[in-house]
Amino acid sequence: MTTLGEGRASLCGPLIRAASLLVLGVAGTLAAAAPLHAQTKNSCLDCHSTQTGAFHMDSEEFVASIHAQKGLTCVSCHGGDSSTDEMSRAMSPAAGFRGHIERKEIPALCAKCHSDAAYMRNYNPSLRTDQFSQYQTSVHGKLFAKGDTKTAVCVDCHGVHDIQPPGDQRSRVHPLNVAQTCGRCHADAGYMKPYGINTDQLGDYSASAHHEALAVRGDLSAPTCSTCHGSHGASPPGVDSVARVCSTCHVFQAQLFDTGPHKEAFGSMGLPGCITCHSNHRIVHPTDAMIGTGQGAVCLNCHTEGDPGFVTAGALHDDLTQLDAAIARSDELLGRAERAGVEVGEAQLAQAEARNDLLKARVGIHAVRREAVQSDIDAGLKVSAAGLQAGQTAMGEVQYRRKGLLVSVVITIFVLIGLYLMIRKTESNDGR
Amino acid sequence: MSALARTYAWLDDHFGVNEIVAFLRKKTVPVHRFSYFYFLGGMTLFLFIIQVITGILLLLYYRPTPADAFESVQYIMTQVRFGWLIRSIHSWSANLMILTAFAHMFSVFFLKSYRKPRELTWLSGMALLVIVLGFGFSGYLLPWNTLSFFATKVGTDIPGQIPIMGKWMLTLLRGGEDVTAATLTRFFGFHVALLPGLATIFVGLHLLLVQRFGMSVPPSQEAEWNAKPPNKREMHFLPNFLLRELMAWYLALAILGALAAFKPWELGVKADPFASAPAGIRPEWYFMFMFETLKLLPAKVGPIPGDLLGVVGFGLAAALWTMLPFFDRGGNGRTSRWVAGAGVFALAYIVALTAYGYMVK
Amino acid sequence: MTTVSEDETDHPKRRRFVEMFLGTGIVASLASFLYPVLRYLIPPPSAELSSDTVLAGKTGDLKPNTGKIFRFGSRPALLIMTSDGKYRAMSGVCTHLGCTVQYRGDLHNVWCACHNGMYDLNGRNLSGPPPRPLEDYDVMVKGDEIYVQRRRNS
Repeated sequence: MTTLGEGRASLCGPLIRAASLLVLGVAGTLAAAAPLHAQTKNSCLDCHSTQTGAFHMDSEEFVASIHAQKGLTCVSCHGGDSSTDEMSRAMSPAAGFRGHIERKEIPALCAKCHSDAAYMRNYNPSLRTDQFSQYQTSVHGKLFAKGDTKTAVCVDCHGVHDIQPPGDQRSRVHPLNVAQTCGRCHADAGYMKPYGINTDQLGDYSASAHHEALAVRGDLSAPTCSTCHGSHGASPPGVDSVARVCSTCHVFQAQLFDTGPHKEAFGSMGLPGCITCHSNHRIVHPTDAMIGTGQGAVCLNCHTEGDPGFVTAGALHDDLTQLDAAIARSDELLGRAERAGVEVGEAQLAQAEARNDLLKARVGIHAVRREAVQSDIDAGLKVSAAGLQAGQTAMGEVQYRRKGLLVSVVITIFVLIGLYLMIRKTESNDGR
Repeated sequence: MSALARTYAWLDDHFGVNEIVAFLRKKTVPVHRFSYFYFLGGMTLFLFIIQVITGILLLLYYRPTPADAFESVQYIMTQVRFGWLIRSIHSWSANLMILTAFAHMFSVFFLKSYRKPRELTWLSGMALLVIVLGFGFSGYLLPWNTLSFFATKVGTDIPGQIPIMGKWMLTLLRGGEDVTAATLTRFFGFHVALLPGLATIFVGLHLLLVQRFGMSVPPSQEAEWNAKPPNKREMHFLPNFLLRELMAWYLALAILGALAAFKPWELGVKADPFASAPAGIRPEWYFMFMFETLKLLPAKVGPIPGDLLGVVGFGLAAALWTMLPFFDRGGNGRTSRWVAGAGVFALAYIVALTAYGYMVK
Repeated sequence: MTTVSEDETDHPKRRRFVEMFLGTGIVASLASFLYPVLRYLIPPPSAELSSDTVLAGKTGDLKPNTGKIFRFGSRPALLIMTSDGKYRAMSGVCTHLGCTVQYRGDLHNVWCACHNGMYDLNGRNLSGPPPRPLEDYDVMVKGDEIYVQRRRNS
């Protein structure tokens, strides 16, 4: 703080004090009016938010983005000087201004920070910093290295000025939004033509049980594109590795598959596990009809009448349907008893055990051996037999009640007749 | 002397039983084409006795707390020998009793039995109707299943609409702001203590008055017999009418047994006060016409809320209905005919709205 | 009005028959009403407890490091005896898709066979699909009987 000459102390002191207060007041008001986190002046935004067309920047969108929230500004990526409103100074190459960033420069630009572990530690120590190296192993990255500019770069999936963390529902890479983001290119037949890849994946996935679990039931642990293909290191899993990818969640099915004859058979034929029967993208809820020798059975794709696999397939199908039918039968009888008025809550509860056993058997068939499902099927049949027994006992109770009623009704009829005769007797006596 | 004769002599010596028997021997019942309606009162009484007996039996196992109420009824239905029978008879007989009570009231109305000197009989009968409806309403909550919980919630909301007194009445009924354990305890108290006590008093009074004044004869019949006394027909109460009444009572028992065996009363699902009310919640059939009326009234009629108008309207109608004997003295005057017309309208209204309530889901 | 008609003196047997018939009928009907009521009065063998407490078993039922499923109200529940002889009880319904869980002595954990869900002895979900822990119950041992009580939620 500079001190003025003593001579002017009498008037200047209070004057300067007042002026300082005024300046502080104005500055404070201006600061308060400025966006919350952009505490420093951002002349880029001030100007570009008023532009139209290609030069327009939505200031709210940027300010809400994760980069802005963490204190980064336009300068962090585009260079320049954001403290001055003068265009020539703000966008001067001397100040490091880069202007529009070319697609081929983008991965390196993002990696400048995001692959720098020490730098990222200042913001979020638990964030990974291998995205770029992963990207280089991906199909996208490999094509990019060859000079392809159509292939995906960081901003195609994450956005540019509106980037949010993947956990934020606004983010284009939030689990609920991933499939749509991938589909922007991969479902566009025209765009994908030079690459010779199908574009039916998004459509198939949208019809799948995985999509239903994710989008309809809201189960965020359900798989989307990046779950199986990877995100930064995106590549389709190879024939050998598909089964391992599925087995990350479907542990039992994979283990059982490995104990069965299909593992070797598929391996020798170069067929991938899991997707041979279940498909890769259009994975629908499996039904008992999928296994066996009837309509819609996938076993018929390889097996023909007479071969041992055909026989096993039929046997497995029959096992499942037998238990399913037994459960349905006892459920029906118990339901009838309940409607007839007998309490069967306990037996109906026990039926849940049988349904569990059927669930386990439906998992067991992946070993394509009867022994794998035998114990579950038998247990389930036992339980549903007990349920049937309970239902029959209940219906017996219904019969008992009705017989009891019949007895009391017969007695009542006797009494009614007796009363009637008595009335007639009495009244004939009265000389009517 | 036989043992029976000796017992009778002892009772007569101490209580003057002979006088009562002599009175009953003299009691006669008029015989005309409307005589069958005379059975309705006795039937209501019989069903009430059934309720008392089965109710006491249920009391031996029922527990009136939210944690136990549903389970205790389930216990009665599944574990207790013939529990299903006792409980189903209690529930069915309750509904039949309310039906016969209404039928009895309407037959008394149309046969004009409320005329002088039977005004007090009519008043005590109206008190009994309120008591019987109170039994129905309080008893319905006791199984503590979803239907009963929400029906009670809706049902107690309605008196809350009354201005000034409403909030206080609602709190008194519910034992608090909401339907809770306190409500269950309170309703249980009403159902097994307060209402039975009141019922005993009023049934006693009602029966005494009926004996005092004898059976009323409808005006048209009365006129005919006054003109031609020899045409008058009567039968002795003992044993003729009583035998017939016994036939009716046995028939009612057989029907109750059949209902219990073929259409047992359901258990439902235990009430969850935090769940939202299931769609299509409605009260039991005897409150349906009031419920539907309130639903059909618009939210506001001028400055007055529709619900309030409905409640006040019903209150007024009930008051007029109760004071009936004091402005319809019988005879063939215009008042008489207006009253009969109003009765037909009331009956038609109740039947129509009850049916409507069940047809419209 | 009443006159003793000739009928009564001429057909005493008829009258007697009707009286007997009616009498027998009424007695039979009263018996048929009384029988269920008397049976009803006798308390059934299975005593009923409050819905929050259930008899899970006897102290001899379980060996250390084993568990068993018992019925609690309308759902299954799990009773475990740990290796050091203490009892633990929790809901037996897996919080993933409702399968009945079991105690795994080899893993010293609670396991769901349907999708490999794993819980610890406090019911906390450790791994696999289950999104929430299993509800914990209190165990009370009275004599040789083991009672399990649900915590009342108001």
